[in-house]
Amino acid sequence: MSLNIDSLKVSLKTSRGKIFPVDEISFAVNPGKLVALVGESGCGKTVSALSILRLIPPTVAQIESGHVLWKGKDIASMTALELCSLRGREIGMIFQEPMSALNPVMKIGRQIDENLKVHFPQMSVTDRRRRVVEWLAKVGISDPDSRYENFPHQLSGGMRQRVMIAMAMVCEPELLIADEPTTSLDVSLQAQIMVLLAELQKSMGLGVLLITHDLGMVRQVADEVVVMYAGKVVERASTTDLFNSPLHPYTRKLAGSLPRLYLEKGATIPALEGIDGTVPDFLSLTGGCRFAGRCSLRKPECELSEPVLEQKTLYHEVSCFEVPRVG
Amino acid sequence: MGRGWSKTVFSSVDNVSLEIRRGETLGLVGESGSGKSTLGRCLLKLIDWDSGDVQYQGLSLKTLRGRDLRRIRPKIQMIFQDPMACLNPRLSVRAMLEEPIMVHRLATTYRECRQRVESLADLVGLRPDQLDRYPHEFSGGQRQRIGIARAVACQPDFIVCDEPVSSLDVSIQAQILNLLKDVQTRLGITYLFISHDLRVVQYMSHQIAVMYLGKIVETAKSTDFFASPQHPYSQMLLRSVPDVDRKTEWGDGNFGEPPELSRLPRGCSFHPRCAIAQPRCLIEVPRLEPSTTEPNSHASCFFPGRR
Repeated sequence: MSLNIDSLKVSLKTSRGKIFPVDEISFAVNPGKLVALVGESGCGKTVSALSILRLIPPTVAQIESGHVLWKGKDIASMTALELCSLRGREIGMIFQEPMSALNPVMKIGRQIDENLKVHFPQMSVTDRRRRVVEWLAKVGISDPDSRYENFPHQLSGGMRQRVMIAMAMVCEPELLIADEPTTSLDVSLQAQIMVLLAELQKSMGLGVLLITHDLGMVRQVADEVVVMYAGKVVERASTTDLFNSPLHPYTRKLAGSLPRLYLEKGATIPALEGIDGTVPDFLSLTGGCRFAGRCSLRKPECELSEPVLEQKTLYHEVSCFEVPRVG
Repeated sequence: MGRGWSKTVFSSVDNVSLEIRRGETLGLVGESGSGKSTLGRCLLKLIDWDSGDVQYQGLSLKTLRGRDLRRIRPKIQMIFQDPMACLNPRLSVRAMLEEPIMVHRLATTYRECRQRVESLADLVGLRPDQLDRYPHEFSGGQRQRIGIARAVACQPDFIVCDEPVSSLDVSIQAQILNLLKDVQTRLGITYLFISHDLRVVQYMSHQIAVMYLGKIVETAKSTDFFASPQHPYSQMLLRSVPDVDRKTEWGDGNFGEPPELSRLPRGCSFHPRCAIAQPRCLIEVPRLEPSTTEPNSHASCFFPGRR
């Protein structure tokens, strides 16, 4: 087991008070597996990802309880030096906006090289350059030798995202956290980037944590899906189970609000449902089920106590009072 | 004021005309850089173009100036991708919606104007008390509602929707798409719906036009297009869509990237990415013609419908 998140609770200081955007969530990412973390914006997906690498300053966010275990070691108790050897070396990360994550005044080759320089100080300059060029080629950038000398603004959006992947992968990490890596890209590019990630995952035994709100993408690439709502994991299942029988009302509504593609001639296109309302404010949680306000199956008991994640089948867990016990 | 827009005619680079029937939606798809937004902006005369013409009620937008142009302006409106960037942060929603009504003198008294604003808010699902708030107080989806209300405020016949939902969460996206459809059926507005997401385009459109490197490469009825796309580029776009209902065959995932407009290849501009390219495609430029295999579709390909 490589990454194990065990009832992690993170607090965030805001001007209006302390909130818990990640509230006792648990899941694991094993080598060679792609786990998708799904939910609307404001559900705590990104905060969870950032807390795995402890990238939020302690003055703002604190791990209140629970553990993030990397190969059995708690990252909360790691020293700054240990964290350095973890970030970028053992766990790589791809950020959402390639244009704001890349340094505009530094050649992309040197930006990728920086990672190698820090983690492999004994490597020679020529070896490092060879490795960077090799990775540029691996992520599908043509003419990598001359692209090494380019600045980010000289690249197209798809190429920038490829550079981000090369940067995260150049030290050959064991786990990759990808925060909405394809959201701002064209569909043809999305497909290319995802195929690339899936290839790396298979060929190198890389574990991938993919953060996204596009269930269509999840269906294509994920092995396991973790659905988050308002800081809680509401459903967790293997991809086949989740798409064959989504159990939580939120997961169903999320799937129902996604437009589908109908390829038959004369197909009638049903109306999209959408989800009324928005994710509740973390400061005004009442103690009942967090989805109750938007749920069509709501019962009085849902407002009184919060359901916990229960196992329904071997690879399927859900937290909802209304879901009938299966098997 | 007459009711025009029974047909909208404009030309792309190849002298190809597109028609949008009144009260229907034309979905314009293509990768970024294909010229979708540029085309959309031409329709509003937000940018000038070199040759060809956009006509509205038989009037040529190219030569229209001054008062005549101003009279037409309210009839053609636009909804933008990023609602935060297109709303004035210093104006309340009410002020923002009153402005076009006052400028175009669509209300005779202030009382009438206020009533109009309130009915607009009701139409797009905003509460009356939210009218005195400012854009930063709203979520992304609500801001897009304001953007829609503002576009509808001056009673347009035609709205260019430029990627109106691509910056929104899927749950909110569905609400906004349904709202756009609702507004269309209630007010009979014609849409040009620009998007790169074919799932969204299918949901919204009656007609489809596919654009590649500034040219229309395929036009078809929505029902025909998704069942049998004719141009290899359309087929490629369809293949790359991550659909929830099926596992897509992406193969090695090598779909290529469009070349820069300054370095267009000879012959058919799609041939470097095309799986069925023949020697002929490297020399001759195909024209947009009725397809031999799907008579209602037009495609600019020598081998339409082949996979």
